[in-house]
Amino acid sequence: MNIIVCIKQVPDTTEVKIDPKTNTLIREGVDSILNPFDAYALEEAVRIREAKGGKVTAITMGPPQAESVIRDAIAVGADDGILLSDPAFAGADTLATSFTLSTAIRKIGSFDLIFCGKQAIDGDTAQVGPGIAAYLDIPQIAFVKKIRDLTDQKVVAERMVEDGIEVVESTIPVLITVVKDINEPRMPSLRGKMNAKKAEVTVWTSKDLDADASRLGLNGSPTWVDKISSPPPKSGGEKFEGEPKDIVKAFVERLKADNLLQ
Amino acid sequence: MANIEVLKETCIGCAKCIRACPYDAIEMADNVAEIDLKKCTLCGACVESCPVDAIVLHHAHRAAVDLNEYKEVWIFAEQREGHVQGVVYELLNAGKKLANDRGTRLCAVLLGSGVAEQAGELFMRGADKVYLADHPSLKDYNDEPYSRILAKLARQYKPEIVLCGATAMGRSLIPRAAVMLQTGLTADCTGLEIDPDSGHLLQTRPAFGGNIMATIRCENYRPQMATVRHKVMDEAIPDTSRTEGEIIRVTVDENDTASRTRILEVIKEVEETINITEADIIVAGGRGLKGPENFEMLRELAKVLDGAVGASRAAVDAGWIGYSHQVGQTGKTVKPKIYISVGISGAIQHLVGMNSSDRIIAINKNPDAPIFQAADYGLVGDLFEIVPELTRQFKTLLKK
Repeated sequence: MNIIVCIKQVPDTTEVKIDPKTNTLIREGVDSILNPFDAYALEEAVRIREAKGGKVTAITMGPPQAESVIRDAIAVGADDGILLSDPAFAGADTLATSFTLSTAIRKIGSFDLIFCGKQAIDGDTAQVGPGIAAYLDIPQIAFVKKIRDLTDQKVVAERMVEDGIEVVESTIPVLITVVKDINEPRMPSLRGKMNAKKAEVTVWTSKDLDADASRLGLNGSPTWVDKISSPPPKSGGEKFEGEPKDIVKAFVERLKADNLLQ
Repeated sequence: MANIEVLKETCIGCAKCIRACPYDAIEMADNVAEIDLKKCTLCGACVESCPVDAIVLHHAHRAAVDLNEYKEVWIFAEQREGHVQGVVYELLNAGKKLANDRGTRLCAVLLGSGVAEQAGELFMRGADKVYLADHPSLKDYNDEPYSRILAKLARQYKPEIVLCGATAMGRSLIPRAAVMLQTGLTADCTGLEIDPDSGHLLQTRPAFGGNIMATIRCENYRPQMATVRHKVMDEAIPDTSRTEGEIIRVTVDENDTASRTRILEVIKEVEETINITEADIIVAGGRGLKGPENFEMLRELAKVLDGAVGASRAAVDAGWIGYSHQVGQTGKTVKPKIYISVGISGAIQHLVGMNSSDRIIAINKNPDAPIFQAADYGLVGDLFEIVPELTRQFKTLLKK
């Protein structure tokens, strides 16, 4: 099976904060990491290749330093990887990103499965996976927690919905986005690390994709961020401090006074 | 022209942009910032950091479509097993205001099988018009037919705004439809308003894991599309005198309903506790609980209050409780009457998932924990003493 995994380098967002004085992002000293959900997508792809043979290709779009996530992917078993990097790709929203990735996937040629993490933790949109499927005109199964069955023609997967799961059958090729329940990603082996170090990462620019420049990057992005701000702060309410027994008593009295306990 | 530009006359050489740039793409040359376009990702961090607005991002300002042709505000009326979902009524409430501000009509798009009678409820909740595609093969949600029909309708009737719940269905359907329509889409909005000057939709959402709020515009493309999470906005109150409106019946043929996926089975999860998004009272625990065994204490308190148990991401990531209990940016958004937070510091990612709760009660030993800023009532002290005492006093009070 030929499997493509779309991955993304993201800032470790739990560390990104806003400077209350200047109202701007503080990004100094923030590490870049492989989007955590993508590790599950990679693991699933590698497991399928181990069981059925074939090839796993990781693909990412980003600045030159995003090459490191391709090496991360090779370290855990991807056969090779492609970095899409070009100033023309910069500033892409989800529409332009899906377009660029799908154009590159077309160039790769034949594939049976495309895996994506359910979303990236910086944008949290979950829009690029289904967007790629739409551009390639292939079916998709989003938020998959388990692949039940896989043949050369069909896949049966469990997709998470609000109150349980839907068991969905799809023809192949298909794009699948995965949630964390699907597997337990492996740590890179020593050999994997060696492979990652040695690997030649293919870099494609907009020229290689032969794509319409007006659909790439900022130019091809209908949406843009107009302004950023801190979430509205709350003033903070009434505080109860002292001996646990006393403050609980005072607090419960307060709730009664406010008619919150019926 | 490059997409980003330093206004050389305006730049004061303060170098704030150099520190703000996450990609080391800016240098000073003759006391003026110079951007290396090979490294720049157009992320906009420097634009935000510049105190004198000397850095400008140029967006594609061509109008891709004739904006005046687009009217109406559309709400995708998600139904499951024939029942319109609560988030739809929340969207109708938000959409009504947008439609009024734009002087246009609020419409619902309802796809399903045997769902015609649901239209009445949609009118009661504010819809002026319902686009109805009723066909046996639309009974279950399927990405391809649903996105195809929605896109086809949008091409034909040209709405200016399309809103949809950020549910498992919406988050699969809408990005597909947006690509088919070649337009912009903003995920998980927490605020929607019309810019009084331009008439465009301002879409506010948490970004970077909820650490900041970003306001997104989609000025040159139509429809402007957005998803909104369940329980972020209030439901439209039904007006029982308003049961009729215009119904546009959409004919659906085999080309529309063709699908390469099909649902073999739906398995409902039997949860041990109440689904937290529906609970009136939530008792949520975080890192301060120190271990999975201490969630038992919260379950007892929740039981006395007929509530459900929630958790912060830290507690879920530590494996103390299942993901279905997680409240926050990467978990569920909740809006209970009372939210009791126990041993949760209150990272913004958590706050965005619960700060529209009616009343928030925080229990934490650190008086400076950010959770107290969000709380209506804060109990400062050792949760291992406070929670059992609370349970005891509530038990007495509620005679349980």
